[in-house]
Amino acid sequence: MRHIISLLMENEAGALSRVAGLFSARGYNIESLTVAPTEEATLSRMTIVTSGSDAVIEQITKQLNKLIDVVSVMDLSEGDHIERELMLVKVRAEGESREEMKRLADIFRGRILDVSDHTYTIELTGSRVKLDSFIEAIGRDLILETVRTGASGIGRGNRILSL
Amino acid sequence: MEMTGAEITIRCLQEEGVEYLFGYPGGAVLHIYDALFQQEKVKHILVRHEQAAVHAADGYARCSDKVGVALVTSGPGLTNAVTGIATAYMDSIPMVVISGQVPTYAIGEDAFQEVDSVGITRPCVKHNFLIKDVKDIASTIKKAFYLAKSGRPGPVLVDIPKDISAQKTSFVYPASVNIRSYQPPGRGDGQLIRQAAQLLLEAKRPMIYAGGGVVLSDSSAQLTDLVRLLGFPCTNTLMGLGGYPANDKQFVGMLGMHGTYEANMAMQHCDVLVAIGARFDDRVIGNVEHFAQIPRKIIHIDIDPSSIAKRVKVDVPIVGDLKLVLDELLTVLHASRQKPDVADMATWWKQIEEWRVIGGGLRYKNSSEIIKPQFVIETLHKLTGGDAFVTSDVGQHQMWAAQYYKFNHPRRWINSGGLGTMGFGLPAAMGVQLKHPDATVACVTGEGSIQMNIQELSTCRQYHLPIKVLSLNNRYLGMVRQWQEFFHGNRFSESYMDALPDFVKLAEAYGHIGMRIDHPSDVEPAMKEAFARKKDLVFMDFRTDPSENVFPMVPGGKGLSEVVLSEDL
Repeated sequence: MRHIISLLMENEAGALSRVAGLFSARGYNIESLTVAPTEEATLSRMTIVTSGSDAVIEQITKQLNKLIDVVSVMDLSEGDHIERELMLVKVRAEGESREEMKRLADIFRGRILDVSDHTYTIELTGSRVKLDSFIEAIGRDLILETVRTGASGIGRGNRILSL
Repeated sequence: MEMTGAEITIRCLQEEGVEYLFGYPGGAVLHIYDALFQQEKVKHILVRHEQAAVHAADGYARCSDKVGVALVTSGPGLTNAVTGIATAYMDSIPMVVISGQVPTYAIGEDAFQEVDSVGITRPCVKHNFLIKDVKDIASTIKKAFYLAKSGRPGPVLVDIPKDISAQKTSFVYPASVNIRSYQPPGRGDGQLIRQAAQLLLEAKRPMIYAGGGVVLSDSSAQLTDLVRLLGFPCTNTLMGLGGYPANDKQFVGMLGMHGTYEANMAMQHCDVLVAIGARFDDRVIGNVEHFAQIPRKIIHIDIDPSSIAKRVKVDVPIVGDLKLVLDELLTVLHASRQKPDVADMATWWKQIEEWRVIGGGLRYKNSSEIIKPQFVIETLHKLTGGDAFVTSDVGQHQMWAAQYYKFNHPRRWINSGGLGTMGFGLPAAMGVQLKHPDATVACVTGEGSIQMNIQELSTCRQYHLPIKVLSLNNRYLGMVRQWQEFFHGNRFSESYMDALPDFVKLAEAYGHIGMRIDHPSDVEPAMKEAFARKKDLVFMDFRTDPSENVFPMVPGGKGLSEVVLSEDL
């Protein structure tokens, strides 16, 4: 099953490679991994999307907790949470498809960030499923380039990951 | 007063009470060696290869309650040390390794003797540090010792670039350490401990399975109290030997691939299993699915949560310091009016006795013609009263030493269990002998393993370490040969040790005494003579039966009850 694991770690050189190394050494999947400093400059927040059986996910969270630099770990998918991913898509926008592209972007609440004679660059935020459906809706033929950040997540309400 | 980074490094080691530093100099650590030269508190042991420095520090840590410390230079110094670090990591040995690094301004430029030490060691250390500011040396070394020793112990690497060791700052050694992201477990959950006690009291076929954690946490006394209080059978893993006295009637022997029949059968057929500082390793429980065929309640006590429910499902997981958890468990059991059912226990012990008979105990057919390796270990046990420190390498001799040397005390059996590192025995023995200068230290090895770090005979000479090397020389990489015989149609591919040196002459060349023993009748007299030489290292080259195999054996991938007892059955 797909899980979204959030963790706080010391914002130190090599911290990211400890996490990435753990996943490759123990053969765990990584669908995506995002990391950036938090409001507290000494801490980085990481969101890892992974998949595995319950036993594997349990091991993943335990092994992450065991890393000395890791301050706290939460499996967001165990409770209510929000998941967002940012995608930039450059599409062919010519002739009659130019208007169609604009409409589709509006429907998905995307924003057109850059316009050229032949292309639009669209910014879209949402869950993985929403971004996937947008790509499907456009049709792969018209896509020139996509870049996705990978999911970031946060718990709803009182579910807070902190020191 | 300002001090250089190198002086601070050595001063930190003094503050930590480090007696011995095992190392090898080189360009990137010249400042540190210079600081070492100008003091006397920390004694340096110059090995002949960095791998040996780490194994010696490892042996020193295993036979005491201290942190082992090694010092190596950058590049090849560090890469040579990696096998030693990984060995310590797999067996959770507290250790601090200090490595030199190229100057900070040269890092990343493929400088001479540069290697990404932090990157290379990351998967085999508990933690590592690259120091980029001389002001961080003292606090980092303090952290390194704390991390190495606390929680589940392990090796910690501190990488110090050459320019940092030359720069100056004032020295302040922190009195305490606080790492906000690291809180080693203390007491276990009281409710789970009471739940465990209840399960134990109601068990009909209980089994106590104790591993290396008992030795590392110095909880042998607690384990022994628990086993005796309950009257249950107890087995030790390879790493746990000595954690429970082997001469006790409730001890059913080592379990696992080469464990006793009764230990493995009791493990397989028990209804309540308590695992204490053990991790259900593949060499211990064999095939996981086969192990799970028979339902049993499992109580698992360990300091590392990730060891729990890693390979088997656990009913009562207790995370905590073994000593504290066992103390609390004992208190609960003492307070309980309930006792284990006498009739159930009698039936269970009767079953175990039957398995003992079927298994026939650890046995081999002795010979008056050719030396049987088991006979050498039995003689060693007899002559040392079971009281020696025994280090070993890896292979058949290791298993025979584990089986036939009955360890009654913890920290006497020093071997590479997890990583299975050939070449471990002799350097580890150096660390043990330095820690216990008057004790008998026996290195049980083979003609294959000993050649992996034989250069350390020179170190032994330099520091007058009177280690007794017992080489079970069967002219084969015995365990490889055994597997080839069983599973590869007797095709002994590259397992014959051709062109062996004359070990007697080799020992003599290093300034030691060498003995070659060919006949069974000479085993005891030779060993007596060797042990009488209190001040000398004696290398005993026992010419043993090359066809001897280790039994019992649970073949790889098989279940614990699918054991092969011996050839004549």
